Order: sequence, then C-alpha cells, then structure tokens
Amino acid sequence: MAYFRSHVLVSVDPVCVEKGAYDLIDTLQDEFVKQGLVDEVQVLETSRIGDPETEGIDLMVYPEAVHYTNLSLDDVPFLVEEHFLKGRVAEQYIRETKKNLDEELSAPKTKEVRIILKNIGEIDPLNIEDYIARDGYMALGKVLTEMTPEETIQEVLDSGLRGRGGAGFPTGLKWRFIRNADGDQKFMICNADEGDPGAFANRRVLEGDPHSVIEGMIIGAFAAGASQGYIYCRAEYPIAVRTMKIAIEQARNFGLLGNDILGSGFSFDLEVRMGAGAFVCGEETALMASIEGQRGEPRPRPPFPAQKGLWEKPSNINNVETYANVPQIILKGAEWFASLGYKKSTGTKTFSMAGDVKNTGLIEVPFGITLREIIYDVGDGIKEDKKFKAVQTGGPMGGCLPESLLDLHMDYEALAEAGSILGSGGLVVMDEDTCMVDIARFFMDFTQDESCGKCTPCRVGTRRILEILTRICEGKGKPDDIDTLRYLCDEINENSLCGLGKGAPNPVKSTLEHFLDEYEAHIYEKRCPAKVCKALIRFEIIDDLCTGCTLCARNCPVDAISGERRQTHVIDPDICIKCGICEQLCPYDAIEIK
Amino acid sequence: MATEIEKGQDIPKIVQTLVQNHGDEKAELIPILQEINREMGYISDEAIKELSERMNLPSSHIYSVATFYRMLSTEPRGRHVIQFCESAPCHVAGGRLVWQRMLRELGLEKGETSQDNKWTLLTTSCLGLCGVGPVMIIDNDIYGNVTPEQVPGILSNYE
Repeated sequence: MAYFRSHVLVSVDPVCVEKGAYDLIDTLQDEFVKQGLVDEVQVLETSRIGDPETEGIDLMVYPEAVHYTNLSLDDVPFLVEEHFLKGRVAEQYIRETKKNLDEELSAPKTKEVRIILKNIGEIDPLNIEDYIARDGYMALGKVLTEMTPEETIQEVLDSGLRGRGGAGFPTGLKWRFIRNADGDQKFMICNADEGDPGAFANRRVLEGDPHSVIEGMIIGAFAAGASQGYIYCRAEYPIAVRTMKIAIEQARNFGLLGNDILGSGFSFDLEVRMGAGAFVCGEETALMASIEGQRGEPRPRPPFPAQKGLWEKPSNINNVETYANVPQIILKGAEWFASLGYKKSTGTKTFSMAGDVKNTGLIEVPFGITLREIIYDVGDGIKEDKKFKAVQTGGPMGGCLPESLLDLHMDYEALAEAGSILGSGGLVVMDEDTCMVDIARFFMDFTQDESCGKCTPCRVGTRRILEILTRICEGKGKPDDIDTLRYLCDEINENSLCGLGKGAPNPVKSTLEHFLDEYEAHIYEKRCPAKVCKALIRFEIIDDLCTGCTLCARNCPVDAISGERRQTHVIDPDICIKCGICEQLCPYDAIEIK
Repeated sequence: MATEIEKGQDIPKIVQTLVQNHGDEKAELIPILQEINREMGYISDEAIKELSERMNLPSSHIYSVATFYRMLSTEPRGRHVIQFCESAPCHVAGGRLVWQRMLRELGLEKGETSQDNKWTLLTTSCLGLCGVGPVMIIDNDIYGNVTPEQVPGILSNYE
C-alpha cells in the first residue's frame, strides 16, 4: 500500500458533479503530475462537504483538514502551487462558511445519535479500505469465524431490530423464516427503491457508505442461508447505482463476496438491479416481479416471500437502513442496540425533515423521541417563527398529525395508533399557512398517479377521492362529500391488495379527523381558512394603504390591475388569475387576500 | 467481454448485441429494454419483435413491461429529454414557477415532443435531491436550485 503525505477529498455529490467536479479532479491530477507531486498527494472522491449555494466545487485537504470552497478549474494551478508545493494555505479560497456545510446532512445536533450516518461524509465511499479502517467488515469476520447462523439470528433478534422500510417486522425473525424454509436456493434482497417524495436517507447511505449495506447483507445471507443477493435500486439514483457497483466489485476483489468468503466455506454473491421508474416497485412483491423481468405489480400474500419469493424461492427483503444497522449490532452487541430506543422499537431511525421547519435535512434520532423534540430541538422550530399546524410522517401514505399529538413518542406502534405510519422516515412540517384539504389533495394526486392499476379499490378509489377533493378545493363541495370520503377511505384501506393502496387514504383520513373544520369551511362556507385554494380567495387593494406606485399594475401578468399614478389601484376579479405576484411585490402591504 | 454498440447500427444488430451481452433469461428483459431505450431513444415495434424472437418471450409480455415503467418509452422521443421533478419538496421550493416558465419557453405540454424533434418534456418522480430543489435533468445533466430566469439559458446549452 502506498503512503501519501496529503489526501485531497473532492466532493462528488450530484450538485458538484453538475458543476464539473470530475473535470476538477482531472485538472488536479494533471497539476500534481506537472509539479512532481503525484506520489505524495492522493486525490479521492467523497460525498458532499461543501455549501451548495456557491458556484464552484469544494474540497478538503487532510491531514490539515483545510476546507477550500467555491473552486473553479482556473484556481487549480495556483492552489496546487501554494498549498502542496510551497506548503502555504491559500487563504483566498477559504470562505467564511456556515457551520452547516451540507444542507442535507449537518453535524449531529443534541439528541441525535448516529449509527447509520456515522461514516457519511467522513470516508471515501469508493475505497473499501476507508470503510475497513473504521471497523468495516470486522462484524463479518466475527460472524464467519466465531458464530453459527443461529447465534447470528439470535443476536439480531435480541437487539430488537425491526424493518426500517416502515412495516417494522422483526428482522431476526424474518431471517429465521428463511433459514427454516425449504428450498435449494434462497435469496437476500435489499430494497433500495426509495420512492417517497422528500425521502433521501437511503440514497445518502448507498452513496456515502455502501459497504455497510453490503456487509449487513452478507451477514444476513450467512444467517438465513442465502447464496445470492440483489440490491434493487431505483433508476432515479444513478450515482447510488454506480457507487454500489464499484463497492461490490471491490468487496469481491477482497474476498468478501463470492466463493469461500474469508476462507470460511460460506459463499454469497451480490448484484445490483436497477428499477425503471415505478413507485409501486418499493412494495416487496412488486419489487421481486420487477427483478424477474415483469411488470412491477404486487401480488396477494400469502404466500409470503419467505416461502415463495423471487422465482418462487424463499427470499428475504430488507431495507437499506435495516441492513446498515446489522454490522454495528454484531460488533457492539444486542444489548447496546436494545438500550437505545423506546418500548418495542429499538435503535435509531433516520428522518428526512422538510417543509416549514428551520433546519431541514437528514437526521438520525433514537426511537422514543417526541415529535416536539424533533421539530423544535433538532429542527429549531418553524420558519419565520410562524405557528405550527401539522406534521406529515411516513411519506405519501402517512397521516397528518396536529399540535395535540406533538408529545407523541415516535415509534412504530404510537404512529400507527395516531393514524399515521413511520414509513420511509419522511417528515413534512407544515405551518399555519397550509390548507389541509389542499395537502390531502396533493398527496392523493401522487398516489392516484402511482397506483399500478391492478386492483380496483386502489385504481378507482384513489381517483374518486381525488375528484372529490379537487371539487372541494374549487369551491364545489357537496354536503355529503365528507361521508363519501370516509366511506371510500375505509373501503380502499380494507380491500386493496398492497401497502400502497392500504395506506393511500391515510392523508385524507387523518386530515378529516384532525382538521374537519377546514373541510367544513370549504364545503359549507366556500371559504379556505388558510387562504390557499385559489377558487375561494380573491385579491383586493386596501384604499388607505395604496400609494398608487403602479408597481403591481406593471407586474401583473394578465393586466388585471388598473389605476392612475398616485391614485388608488383596483384589481378586476374577472381577469385576476390569483397568481399572488402583486401581493409579494407591494412595498406597502396594501394587497389583501380575502 | 461485452460488445460495444456502434453508432448507426440497425435495430436487429443492436438487439442481438444486447441479448449476447446480457443473456436471454427473462430477468434480463428490463436491463435490455433500458439499454434499447438509451441507445434508440425509445423502444420501437421492430425492437420488440426482434427481442421477442431472441428471448423467446411473447411480444405482448415485452410490450406490457415496456409500457409499465415510466422511464421506458414506446413512443419516439426528441433529441433531448427534459425530466422535471414534480414531487412535493421541489413544488414547495418554487418548482411550479419554473415549470410554468418551461412550458412557455418550449410551447409544450407535459409528455409532448416538439415538432422539430428537439425536445421531449417529461416529469419525473422524486430524484431524492430535495435539498437543492427545484431539480430537473436534461439528458444526463442534473440542474439544481433552478429559477425561472435560468430556464432560457439552460435550454440554450443544447443543440
């Protein structure tokens, strides 16, 4: 192994790649060759380290830990000469950066515990040695040399680890089912089809710490007796697919995949399968159909995949995050893992926080933390210090929870009881300016579009709900709409084939339960309390405040505003398209939404 | 070693190469369709027929798979394909205004291909790049934090 005095880590996340990170790496290499430094400095790729608001690319130099930001190709020769040849820090490229360098993933906040995210941004995901240097593949070594498959299963069972894809089934139990199932060949599958809008935790793990997933899968395969594995990754994540392929190849070269792993006699190999753009393929039976080369449509269970899965063989499916937990459980012990968390939900969970909260991005917290702690302590509260209205958990099939449920301890059971789900760990925080009927419509629009069409309750039911919600938002709601919605929600939930259909009514059901007054205002009073639904609002100019500056009239895209200079202006409601530009522009706050 | 696909090859030749590289097992159908889609821009009837013979699968099966997945197309597409993220986080971050500007600049509606065959305008499900929304992809280039004003400039990068 070669030794280098300096390591340059260039950020190659999708944003920096778009800005030319790979060209910068080439230029750096050329420059190091030119200066004769090629044996002294190593250039590596890493995930995001920089502030994406800058125009250029970011890199870190170790061991000094100097962070250069906003670099362009032209800066490279000077930087190489100053820093690497003359040994002087090139101050002009060090910008006063915000503490939060990665707006998707910042330094851990109080109340955060990082197991899954611990390596991300710290190691070079394309170099297996980086992972090995941080305890990587030690757990696999332990399992293969010191433990039996049954002991491995027991350890995972004792840890209390449950499926992080959302259903929360005990992982150890699943593995035992596969072990005990009849079959000459068994499969280990990783569900990396993270399709929920706003969720990107799995992408960060796949891109930033791919070997943690691979190691977890090999350990699982050993425990369950599987010989072949598949990572099914959505095609919308090209960089994750590339990183996983490289990582698998490296693991194979190190004898960690393939025949006779580490001389133990156990053999297992892995392959990446790419999706082709279908949300429903995140459902396990649909996912397997897709790997087999068919339409990704779910099928009824039983038989469960543990008996008849991929090609009718016993198959284990776990989520990315579930697998990534396994090496740490083996290394630190079931007791350590079980000590984190709450009741029947042990360990930590990642959440992708979005919406009207000050700190958005990825967090990892122990189960049992309250929603209030997540939003106000980790998330630092609502933007512009507005009032909290609702939080939607678990992606498009989750429910909206109101203020009164903020002290809920987050775990699988508590969320289910409150009418929502843990799901993929999406958290969309909404402030007082959000219309809950409009939000329900937005989520329904998504599930209706992504319904695969196989079963009637989901295919037709979601469409009916969407039609009714659209009607209500347009001010054409009928008195019996609320009852019809409730009826449809129950029917779809009870009779749909898969989790997508069963969960689809959750946003509607939960908003009907907690925000019924908003539905009633839309239907009976033709009023949108949050002033969002265009058909139910109108823009007016307040006489006393308007100075006649003409700014609104000049910017109105449909010329709906008239008035002489220094005279009060008027909006013609018949022409106005309610785009809201005038309200945003008016320096005197003279435009009112009614 | 996988055989490279050369530019300008006819469809039977391309299909033959792909089936050689991937093997003719049914599980390889989706990866093969993805490559045909990438090479040809879409999956033509001729390609389906050829694939049906070489993989020993009914054309109806291949057609049903090709029409199921959003990223596979059985209609010809323009030289450049724009995929605009239509999911909630991008929508909230100002995506709606960018989308409207895009429609205006191109004079196209969602799913349409321009008459001169230059552009196809599609929406995509969440790309997981919510931190830099609104996000869009043109061919293989990713654009983040897009504003309506940037739209004409970005489009002018493509011949």
